[in-house]
Amino acid sequence: MKYGILVNEGPYQHQASDTAYQFAKAVLDKGHELYRVFFYHDGVNNGTRFAVPPQDDRKIAELWSQMAEAHGTDLVICIAAAQRRGLLDEGEAKRQGKDGNNIAPGFRISGLGQLIEAGIQCDRLVVFGD
Amino acid sequence: MSEPWEEEGPGTIKKFMYVNRKAPYGTIYALESLEVVLIAAAFEQDVSMAFLDDGVYQLKKGQDTKGIGQKNFSPTYRALEGYDVEKLYVEAESLADRGLSEDDLLVPVEVMSREALAELMNEQDVILSF
Repeated sequence: MKYGILVNEGPYQHQASDTAYQFAKAVLDKGHELYRVFFYHDGVNNGTRFAVPPQDDRKIAELWSQMAEAHGTDLVICIAAAQRRGLLDEGEAKRQGKDGNNIAPGFRISGLGQLIEAGIQCDRLVVFGD
Repeated sequence: MSEPWEEEGPGTIKKFMYVNRKAPYGTIYALESLEVVLIAAAFEQDVSMAFLDDGVYQLKKGQDTKGIGQKNFSPTYRALEGYDVEKLYVEAESLADRGLSEDDLLVPVEVMSREALAELMNEQDVILSF
Protein backbone atom coordinates (compact mmCIF):
# COMPACT_ATOMS: atom_id res chain seq x y z
CA MET A 1 0.00 0.00 0.00
CA LYS A 2 0.97 3.60 -0.47
CA TYR A 3 1.18 5.53 2.79
CA GLY A 4 1.36 9.22 3.63
CA ILE A 5 2.11 10.56 7.10
CA LEU A 6 1.19 13.86 8.74
CA VAL A 7 3.13 14.92 11.86
CA ASN A 8 1.39 17.69 13.80
CA GLU A 9 3.54 17.97 16.93
CA GLY A 10 7.05 19.07 17.76
CA PRO A 11 9.84 16.71 18.86
CA TYR A 12 10.47 15.86 22.56
CA GLN A 13 7.48 17.94 23.74
CA HIS A 14 5.14 15.33 22.32
CA GLN A 15 5.49 11.68 21.36
CA ALA A 16 3.74 12.12 17.99
CA SER A 17 6.98 12.45 16.06
CA ASP A 18 8.55 9.36 17.69
CA THR A 19 5.45 7.31 16.96
CA ALA A 20 5.26 8.62 13.40
CA TYR A 21 8.91 7.68 12.90
CA GLN A 22 8.35 4.15 14.24
CA PHE A 23 5.29 3.82 12.02
CA ALA A 24 7.22 5.08 8.98
CA LYS A 25 9.96 2.56 9.70
CA ALA A 26 7.41 -0.25 9.91
CA VAL A 27 5.84 0.86 6.61
CA LEU A 28 9.24 0.62 4.90
CA ASP A 29 10.24 -2.62 6.67
CA LYS A 30 7.04 -4.30 5.48
CA GLY A 31 7.80 -3.32 1.90
CA HIS A 32 5.07 -0.70 1.52
CA GLU A 33 5.60 2.61 -0.22
CA LEU A 34 6.05 5.72 1.92
CA TYR A 35 4.93 8.47 -0.41
CA ARG A 36 5.58 11.47 1.81
CA VAL A 37 5.91 12.66 5.41
CA PHE A 38 4.40 16.11 5.89
CA PHE A 39 5.24 18.22 8.94
CA TYR A 40 2.66 20.76 10.09
CA HIS A 41 1.87 22.90 13.16
CA ASP A 42 4.78 22.53 15.65
CA GLY A 43 5.69 19.39 13.69
CA VAL A 44 7.88 21.61 11.51
CA ASN A 45 10.34 21.75 14.42
CA ASN A 46 11.25 18.13 13.70
CA GLY A 47 13.26 19.45 10.78
CA THR A 48 15.81 21.67 12.52
CA ARG A 49 19.43 20.58 12.45
CA PHE A 50 20.18 22.92 15.38
CA ALA A 51 18.59 20.73 18.05
CA VAL A 52 21.13 19.35 20.54
CA PRO A 53 19.41 16.71 22.69
CA PRO A 54 21.32 15.14 25.62
CA GLN A 55 23.82 12.49 24.50
CA ASP A 56 21.87 9.55 25.87
CA ASP A 57 18.62 10.62 24.18
CA ARG A 58 17.37 9.83 20.69
CA LYS A 59 18.13 12.37 17.98
CA ILE A 60 14.78 12.81 16.31
CA ALA A 61 15.72 15.15 13.44
CA GLU A 62 18.74 12.97 12.64
CA LEU A 63 16.63 9.82 12.56
CA TRP A 64 14.32 11.38 9.98
CA SER A 65 17.32 12.62 7.98
CA GLN A 66 18.83 9.14 8.00
CA MET A 67 15.55 7.68 6.77
CA ALA A 68 15.49 10.18 3.91
CA GLU A 69 19.06 9.30 2.99
CA ALA A 70 18.54 5.54 3.13
CA HIS A 71 15.12 5.35 1.46
CA GLY A 72 14.71 8.63 -0.41
CA THR A 73 11.78 9.48 1.87
CA ASP A 74 10.16 12.78 0.94
CA LEU A 75 10.17 14.90 4.12
CA VAL A 76 8.16 18.08 3.57
CA ILE A 77 7.88 20.98 5.98
CA CYS A 78 4.92 23.32 5.56
CA ILE A 79 6.18 26.74 4.54
CA ALA A 80 3.46 28.77 6.30
CA ALA A 81 3.91 26.89 9.58
CA ALA A 82 7.71 27.06 9.22
CA GLN A 83 7.78 30.82 8.66
CA ARG A 84 5.87 31.41 11.89
CA ARG A 85 8.24 29.21 13.85
CA GLY A 86 11.62 30.24 12.43
CA LEU A 87 12.42 27.17 10.38
CA LEU A 88 14.25 28.18 7.20
CA ASP A 89 16.17 26.70 4.31
CA GLU A 90 18.77 28.65 2.36
CA GLY A 91 16.33 30.05 -0.18
CA GLU A 92 13.80 31.12 2.46
CA ALA A 93 16.50 32.76 4.59
CA LYS A 94 17.59 34.80 1.60
CA ARG A 95 14.06 35.74 0.63
CA GLN A 96 13.16 36.83 4.16
CA GLY A 97 16.45 38.60 4.82
CA LYS A 98 17.44 36.28 7.68
CA ASP A 99 21.07 35.64 8.60
CA GLY A 100 21.05 31.87 8.56
CA ASN A 101 19.10 28.71 7.95
CA ASN A 102 18.48 25.67 10.14
CA ILE A 103 16.81 22.98 8.03
CA ALA A 104 18.13 19.44 8.52
CA PRO A 105 19.40 17.33 5.59
CA GLY A 106 16.72 15.44 3.69
CA PHE A 107 13.94 17.87 4.57
CA ARG A 108 12.47 20.36 2.13
CA ILE A 109 10.12 23.30 2.60
CA SER A 110 7.00 23.46 0.47
CA GLY A 111 3.30 24.32 0.53
CA LEU A 112 0.18 22.77 2.02
CA GLY A 113 -0.74 21.52 -1.43
CA GLN A 114 1.81 18.76 -0.82
CA LEU A 115 -0.31 17.50 2.07
CA ILE A 116 -3.51 17.48 0.02
CA GLU A 117 -1.71 15.79 -2.85
CA ALA A 118 -0.52 13.09 -0.45
CA GLY A 119 -4.14 12.62 0.65
CA ILE A 120 -5.19 12.17 -2.96
CA GLN A 121 -2.31 9.91 -4.00
CA CYS A 122 -1.99 7.66 -0.96
CA ASP A 123 -4.15 4.74 0.01
CA ARG A 124 -3.81 5.81 3.64
CA LEU A 125 -2.92 9.17 5.15
CA VAL A 126 -2.09 8.66 8.82
CA VAL A 127 -2.19 11.65 11.19
CA PHE A 128 0.05 11.80 14.27
CA GLY A 129 -0.80 14.36 16.95
CA ASP A 130 -3.46 15.20 19.50
CA MET B 1 -10.18 -8.56 -8.39
CA SER B 2 -8.41 -5.26 -7.92
CA GLU B 3 -8.36 -3.53 -4.57
CA PRO B 4 -10.20 -0.20 -4.30
CA TRP B 5 -6.91 1.67 -3.87
CA GLU B 6 -5.66 0.40 -7.22
CA GLU B 7 -8.43 2.10 -9.16
CA GLU B 8 -7.48 5.71 -8.48
CA GLY B 9 -6.30 7.76 -11.43
CA PRO B 10 -4.99 11.33 -11.52
CA GLY B 11 -8.53 12.72 -11.79
CA THR B 12 -9.61 11.04 -8.57
CA ILE B 13 -12.02 12.92 -6.34
CA LYS B 14 -11.77 11.82 -2.75
CA LYS B 15 -13.86 12.62 0.27
CA PHE B 16 -11.79 14.80 2.59
CA MET B 17 -13.09 15.61 6.05
CA TYR B 18 -11.39 18.16 8.28
CA VAL B 19 -12.14 17.42 11.91
CA ASN B 20 -11.86 20.38 14.29
CA ARG B 21 -11.76 19.54 17.96
CA LYS B 22 -10.09 22.48 19.62
CA ALA B 23 -11.12 25.96 20.74
CA PRO B 24 -10.28 28.76 18.28
CA TYR B 25 -7.71 30.40 20.57
CA GLY B 26 -5.36 28.95 23.16
CA THR B 27 -3.64 26.84 20.53
CA ILE B 28 -3.01 27.41 16.84
CA TYR B 29 -4.75 24.23 15.60
CA ALA B 30 -8.01 25.91 14.54
CA LEU B 31 -6.31 28.68 12.57
CA GLU B 32 -3.87 26.37 10.81
CA SER B 33 -6.64 23.88 10.08
CA LEU B 34 -8.53 26.65 8.34
CA GLU B 35 -5.42 27.42 6.29
CA VAL B 36 -5.33 23.80 5.10
CA VAL B 37 -9.00 23.90 4.11
CA LEU B 38 -8.54 27.10 2.10
CA ILE B 39 -5.52 25.71 0.23
CA ALA B 40 -7.25 22.37 -0.29
CA ALA B 41 -10.18 24.08 -2.01
CA ALA B 42 -8.01 24.51 -5.11
CA PHE B 43 -7.73 20.72 -5.46
CA GLU B 44 -11.44 20.26 -6.21
CA GLN B 45 -11.97 17.40 -3.82
CA ASP B 46 -15.18 16.54 -1.99
CA VAL B 47 -14.55 18.58 1.16
CA SER B 48 -16.42 18.72 4.45
CA MET B 49 -15.62 20.06 7.90
CA ALA B 50 -16.72 18.60 11.21
CA PHE B 51 -16.76 20.50 14.49
CA LEU B 52 -16.83 18.63 17.77
CA ASP B 53 -15.64 18.91 21.36
CA ASP B 54 -14.31 22.47 21.96
CA GLY B 55 -14.08 22.80 18.19
CA VAL B 56 -17.70 23.98 18.17
CA TYR B 57 -16.47 27.25 19.74
CA GLN B 58 -14.69 28.02 16.45
CA LEU B 59 -18.10 28.80 14.93
CA LYS B 60 -19.46 30.85 17.86
CA LYS B 61 -20.95 34.22 16.94
CA GLY B 62 -19.61 37.44 18.41
CA GLN B 63 -15.97 36.52 19.00
CA ASP B 64 -13.87 39.42 20.28
CA THR B 65 -10.14 38.84 20.53
CA LYS B 66 -8.95 42.37 21.39
CA GLY B 67 -8.13 41.36 24.93
CA ILE B 68 -5.71 38.62 23.89
CA GLY B 69 -3.91 40.54 21.14
CA GLN B 70 -4.72 38.00 18.45
CA LYS B 71 -6.49 38.36 15.15
CA ASN B 72 -10.14 37.34 15.15
CA PHE B 73 -10.22 34.89 12.26
CA SER B 74 -13.83 33.80 12.73
CA PRO B 75 -15.08 35.87 9.72
CA THR B 76 -13.07 33.44 7.55
CA TYR B 77 -15.62 30.71 8.26
CA ARG B 78 -18.20 32.89 6.50
CA ALA B 79 -15.95 33.05 3.44
CA LEU B 80 -15.75 29.24 3.12
CA GLU B 81 -18.84 29.17 0.93
CA GLY B 82 -16.93 31.16 -1.69
CA TYR B 83 -14.37 28.33 -1.74
CA ASP B 84 -17.11 25.75 -2.32
CA VAL B 85 -16.70 24.44 1.21
CA GLU B 86 -20.36 24.14 2.10
CA LYS B 87 -20.63 20.96 4.12
CA LEU B 88 -20.14 21.96 7.74
CA TYR B 89 -21.20 19.39 10.32
CA VAL B 90 -21.51 20.12 14.02
CA GLU B 91 -21.93 17.43 16.63
CA ALA B 92 -25.14 17.95 18.61
CA GLU B 93 -23.75 16.52 21.86
CA SER B 94 -20.75 18.88 21.80
CA LEU B 95 -23.06 21.88 21.37
CA ALA B 96 -25.41 20.74 24.12
CA ASP B 97 -22.55 20.00 26.55
CA ARG B 98 -21.43 23.62 26.18
CA GLY B 99 -24.88 25.19 26.44
CA LEU B 100 -24.84 26.22 22.79
CA SER B 101 -27.43 25.88 20.06
CA GLU B 102 -27.41 26.27 16.28
CA ASP B 103 -28.53 29.92 16.72
CA ASP B 104 -25.21 30.71 18.43
CA LEU B 105 -23.23 29.82 15.31
CA LEU B 106 -22.04 32.28 12.68
CA VAL B 107 -22.61 30.13 9.59
CA PRO B 108 -25.30 27.71 8.44
CA VAL B 109 -24.37 24.18 9.53
CA GLU B 110 -25.87 20.75 9.75
CA VAL B 111 -26.17 19.64 13.35
CA MET B 112 -26.01 15.88 13.72
CA SER B 113 -25.76 13.29 16.43
CA ARG B 114 -22.46 11.72 17.45
CA GLU B 115 -23.66 8.47 15.96
CA ALA B 116 -24.57 10.00 12.60
CA LEU B 117 -21.25 11.86 12.48
CA ALA B 118 -19.38 8.64 13.16
CA GLU B 119 -21.16 7.03 10.21
CA LEU B 120 -20.24 9.99 8.03
CA MET B 121 -16.60 9.65 9.11
CA ASN B 122 -16.69 6.01 8.03
CA GLU B 123 -17.59 7.11 4.50
CA GLN B 124 -14.54 9.39 4.15
CA ASP B 125 -11.39 8.60 2.19
CA VAL B 126 -9.18 11.03 4.11
CA ILE B 127 -9.73 12.45 7.59
CA LEU B 128 -7.44 15.22 8.79
CA SER B 129 -7.90 15.80 12.47
CA PHE B 130 -6.77 19.05 14.10
